[in-house]
Amino acid sequence: MLQEMIFAGFGGQGVLSMGTILAYAAMKEGKEVSWMPSYGPEMRGGTANCIVNISDQPISSPVVNEYDVGVVLNQPSLKKFESRVKKGGILIWESTNIKDAPKRTDIQLYALPAVELATNKLKNVKVMNMIVLGALLKLKQIVKKESVLTALKAALPERHHHLLPLNEKAINLGMGLIKSP
Amino acid sequence: MGEIRLMKGNEALGEAAIRAGLQGYFGYPITPQSEVIEYLAKEEPKYDYVLIQAESEVAAVNMMYGAGGAGGRIMTTTSSPGFSLMQEGVSYLVCTEIPCLFANIVRGGPGLGTIQASQGDYFQATKGGGHGDYNMIVLAPNSVQEMADHTFLGFELADKYRSPVLLLSDGSIGQMMEKVELPDPKPYKPNKPWATVGKPKNRERNILTSLYILSDDMEKKNIHLQAKFEKMEKNEVRFEEYRTEDAEIIITAFGLTSRISKKAVDVGRESGIKLGLFRPITLWPFPKKRIEELASKKEVKFFISVEMNAGQMKEDVMLNVYGKKPVYFFGRFGGIIPTPEEILSAIKSHL
Repeated sequence: MLQEMIFAGFGGQGVLSMGTILAYAAMKEGKEVSWMPSYGPEMRGGTANCIVNISDQPISSPVVNEYDVGVVLNQPSLKKFESRVKKGGILIWESTNIKDAPKRTDIQLYALPAVELATNKLKNVKVMNMIVLGALLKLKQIVKKESVLTALKAALPERHHHLLPLNEKAINLGMGLIKSP
Repeated sequence: MGEIRLMKGNEALGEAAIRAGLQGYFGYPITPQSEVIEYLAKEEPKYDYVLIQAESEVAAVNMMYGAGGAGGRIMTTTSSPGFSLMQEGVSYLVCTEIPCLFANIVRGGPGLGTIQASQGDYFQATKGGGHGDYNMIVLAPNSVQEMADHTFLGFELADKYRSPVLLLSDGSIGQMMEKVELPDPKPYKPNKPWATVGKPKNRERNILTSLYILSDDMEKKNIHLQAKFEKMEKNEVRFEEYRTEDAEIIITAFGLTSRISKKAVDVGRESGIKLGLFRPITLWPFPKKRIEELASKKEVKFFISVEMNAGQMKEDVMLNVYGKKPVYFFGRFGGIIPTPEEILSAIKSHL
């Protein structure tokens, strides 16, 4: 099963690391992964994004035009990627930042006030991306939560390891936002 | 099984070089390949290699000349404008027959261009960007795994032929992360009796030069080099095919575009278009014979070369198709990466 996903937002919102952690977790589960970032001038003030593909089979193209899952954390990213989610696919959008809601009716839309929740409930806006990732994990069982925690530990430099419990809390909070189908 | 990591292409290149026994790295940072020197600088305290950030690419390539002349296992990496600056040195290194590894992580040009990925340096890589009659083995990896594998292979081929080898990749492969199984470290045992390491009493002094002021000597040198290039053409052609057995349309693509084209082949076949992919792994020596064979197949209707440039490899495809079949082209420039859908619609426009 091939999952093609895009993570997009402002530079600094943690979209690239969200993708990295997911890719790392999938790799630890023995899956094939590719992580393709936008890099360069786009990162300064504009939108940053990465395409993450996860599959049981070797991945041919790391570049795709349409996605099974779109995760957008700011208005310009929604504008750019709303039309590029596959019919029947999933679009997760951050509803504190994004004022003009997506309009498509042929995909599943999930609005998450992740910035607000991270700021008010967890007192650290930086873990906003892990709330979003938690919601994605609940929606699509791409990888196990344990693998994500392992990935976080590997990705975070040791001096930040005291933040691991907070990140786990954020993931749990995100998972709780999605009601079981 | 080797160690498995999630790595950027540039980091995999650096790690593989260390594992291949790197002794010297000389380079000047330039996007999108600065992670190579960054990675090697971070790892340097653990190993014995020399790492020098030169003052320019011109200096870096001449440091290669010196350290390579002393018999070291050496490498430099750069991106397009930087590789242009190195061309004089490349020509000297080939003529002096100094084994070394170059990597050009190509970005969009011409000029200072853009930092986004491109394949615009194909001509420079395969036709000789510097002066004089010369060729280099050019490897074109299309995954992070091959960034590591080709680095290993590149060092080996350089020593085998006593000649520089070029790894031609692009910014996307340099920047993207994939799972990579790292080759096990291999102790490097140099066997370079020609190296200028000081004259012992029991042999004549070694001289490394690219200056042959008498025409007779220069011609002899050229004949010797051409014989070596001929050997490379005979022994080192590498390519890969995907679903070409019954293909009616053959996409030719290298590097990143070969990955994207592979997906186009699968999607196209689902809608009944019999597509196949031919991917040269060595851009020089070019897989001439196999292209000619494919062109002679009755069911093959046409070729289409898919590249991130204006059709540079298309010329080599055409040369070997010998006019037997049409050769079309689809490409994007300046840092734009084509999607599988775009490739398919380009193909459909020729049906």
